[in-house]
Formats: sequence, structure tokens, C-alpha cells
Amino acid sequence: MDAIYTLHDFMLNSKNWIYILMGLGLIMYVCWWLFLTSRDEPKRIT
Amino acid sequence: MSQDTAAGKGNLFNIISGIIILAGLVVTFLRFTQGLGGVTNLDNNNPWGVWIGFDLLCGVALAAGGYTTSAACYIFGLKRFHSAVRPAILTAFLGYAFVVFALHYDVGRPWRLPYPIFVSPGTTSLLFEVGLCVFLYVSVLFIEFTPAAFEWLGFKKIRKVVVKLTLALTIMGVILSTMHQSSLGALFTIAPSKLHPLWYSTYLPVYFFISSIFAGMSMVIFEGTLSHHYMHGLMDKTHLDEADGVVLGFARGASMVMMGYVFIKIIGLVSDGTWQYLSSGYGLLFLTELLCFVALPAMLYGIGSREKNLKLIRWTSLLTVLGIVFNRFNISMVAFNYQLPSSQRYFPSLMEIVISIFVVTLIVTVFRFITTRMPIFYEHPEYAEHEEEPAAHGHGH
Repeated sequence: MDAIYTLHDFMLNSKNWIYILMGLGLIMYVCWWLFLTSRDEPKRIT
Repeated sequence: MSQDTAAGKGNLFNIISGIIILAGLVVTFLRFTQGLGGVTNLDNNNPWGVWIGFDLLCGVALAAGGYTTSAACYIFGLKRFHSAVRPAILTAFLGYAFVVFALHYDVGRPWRLPYPIFVSPGTTSLLFEVGLCVFLYVSVLFIEFTPAAFEWLGFKKIRKVVVKLTLALTIMGVILSTMHQSSLGALFTIAPSKLHPLWYSTYLPVYFFISSIFAGMSMVIFEGTLSHHYMHGLMDKTHLDEADGVVLGFARGASMVMMGYVFIKIIGLVSDGTWQYLSSGYGLLFLTELLCFVALPAMLYGIGSREKNLKLIRWTSLLTVLGIVFNRFNISMVAFNYQLPSSQRYFPSLMEIVISIFVVTLIVTVFRFITTRMPIFYEHPEYAEHEEEPAAHGHGH
């Protein structure tokens, strides 16, 4: 990883990590919802 | 036999609360005759102590059950939570009313509390916004609570008028809560050099608002647990039938919100570049708060709601409530003024703690007084399935 010297470097580095974490977080969030609802009885559509 | 046990518990409660109230009255006398310096450890470095950290910040966060429950029932249409609305509104109303009551101890000239609203509004101040919202929201909660009192008193006409306002009051409650729950966090954004970097963030208003949602939901579960234990006889069949559904539904909701909260806290750390502090002592405290008091209960809530384990959920609600208190204490006291030498740090005096316990005891006493007289845990026979109340449409569906 390149060293951080300027505010721009810092912003670029932290934004990169935020985008990666957001992607992972959203996937994990869906997985958690599926885990929570996995034992629910299926809803009947009439 | 069981009646004897209940009477014994009631007497024990009266004795303990009587002693606490007596001690509270003595300290109240000292506070208003000797001033703040006579009873508190507050000073110019630490003008806000446990009365703000516990009575106000925790009181407001834990009273959030009022807007979360009424929003779930009346706005999102989850009518199966209807029986939880009245206890939640009452808890919220008492919580906020006693926040204002406790504030009288903390401000130097309590008789000037109405000044910011009626005499000299400081419209550029966050504290003004908090004050105005709390003032309006206490009024809204009071009106939301009045149907129970009117049913008890037999004021049918005025009750009918207030019940028609339910949806409007709920919407106002959600708006006002969104505003002041977040503004309480925003108050600390004016002190970036005083609050430890791990807790300081420009996202503080978001953290406070999101945490208030699961604090309120957990408080509804926790308060419901205590009520079922001590006031089981006051509940009607509808309330008892819906109770498990409320616990399971709120646990699932709280679990999702708490996972989201953990996620945005991590994003906040990355955004501010404060990772390096995690290896310090404060880092350990921060990780304990986030992992043991948010991530762990989020998982326990999830497992409990999935496996319909009510006991696990009820214990988790206590853990979550303690976690909220821990978080608010960290922000307002432990991580605040962290750079000061230990000799200048704040620790509450015994009399400050007595007043905080006194306030909680008053809330419990008034809650008990109201619930044993008014239709909070049951539907009043004369108004059962009343057609005007929006919630009444939910029964039987």
C-alpha cells in the first residue's frame, strides 16, 4: 500500500475502504435477514 | 398463597421506594438550598455530569419505545403490536416528563427553563432545538396518553376527539423524536477536542438516532417482561395473547437495526481514520461497547427470534438497555475530557447518584400508580373494539 502524505491520499484510501466495506456489509445484511427468516412459515398467496 | 406473595412483594416495593424517595427529598432540599456546588462534583471542566449522562441522555434514548411502537402500529400498520402501544406511550411519557423534572436539578436557575422557548429563543443553538422538541414531544405524549385517563374518568366525548387525533399525533411524535434524538448526539460535535476520537464523529447524530430505535424496542421488551412478572393480573386476554408476538417481532426488528448500527460505526471509524486508537485502553472500552453490548445482543436477538426463545430475548433486552447506558456514559463522561489529568476528571458524588436513583424510583412508582388504575394493560369494557380508534381495526384480522 502506498504511504499517505496528503489529505487527498487519506480521503482516497478511506473512501476505498468504505466502498469495499459497504459492499460486504450489504451482502452480509441480506444474509442476516435470510438467516432470521429461514424458519418462518412460507406465506400463502391466494 | 400467591396473593400473599404478591402482597409481600408490594409491601417490600413500598418500603424500598419509600426509603429512596425520603433520601431523594433530603438531597433535593440540599440541592435547592446549597446550590449545585453543595451536592455535585461538577466544575468548570465538567459542567455536565451523571444527571445529563444518565437522567437525560439515557432517559430520552430509553423512552424511544413510544415512537417506535406507535409508528410500527399506526404508520406501518403492524396492528399485532397494538397491545404494546399504551404501555410504551406511558413509559415514554413518564420518561420524558421525568427528564424535564431532573433537568430542574441540573440547571442553575430552573425557574428560567421556559425562557429559551417563550422569552429568548436561540434559534441557532442545537440545545434550543433539543429543548423545543422535548417540550413539544412531552405535550404530544401527554395527549397520546390521555385516552386511558379519560376512559378511567369516564370523559367519553373528549376521549373520542383525542382518539381521532391518533395518527396525526403519531406522525408528530416520529418527526419530533427524529429531530431531538439526533440533536442530542449533535451536541457533542461542538467539542471535537474534548471527546475521544473513537467516539467523536460527524455521524454522532446518526448514531444517536439509530441507537435510540433499538433502545426503545429493547425497553418495550424489558418493560413488558417486568410488567408480566409483577402485573400479570392486570392484563386482559388480548394483551396476553399478543405479548409473545410483540417480543418476537421487536427482537427481529432490533436485531436488524443493531446490525446496521454496528456496520455504520465501523464505516465511521474508517471514514475518520481512527483505527490506530483501537489498540489503546480507550480502544478496549470502545470494542467492549460495540462488540459485547451491540453486536452480541444483535446476534442473540436474531437467534432468539429465529428459534422463538423468549427467555433469551428477554435477557438480551436487559443487555441492550445496559449497552445504551454504557454508550451514553462513555460519550458524556468517560471519553469526554479524556485529555485531562486524572485529578481533574469527573466522578459523580453520592448525592448525584441518589438523585438519579430517586428519579428512576419516582418513574416506577408513578407507572405502578397509573397502571393499577387506568386501562393500560387491558381494554376498558365500555370502549373495547371502539370503532373510531385506528388500532381497533386490527383486532380479529
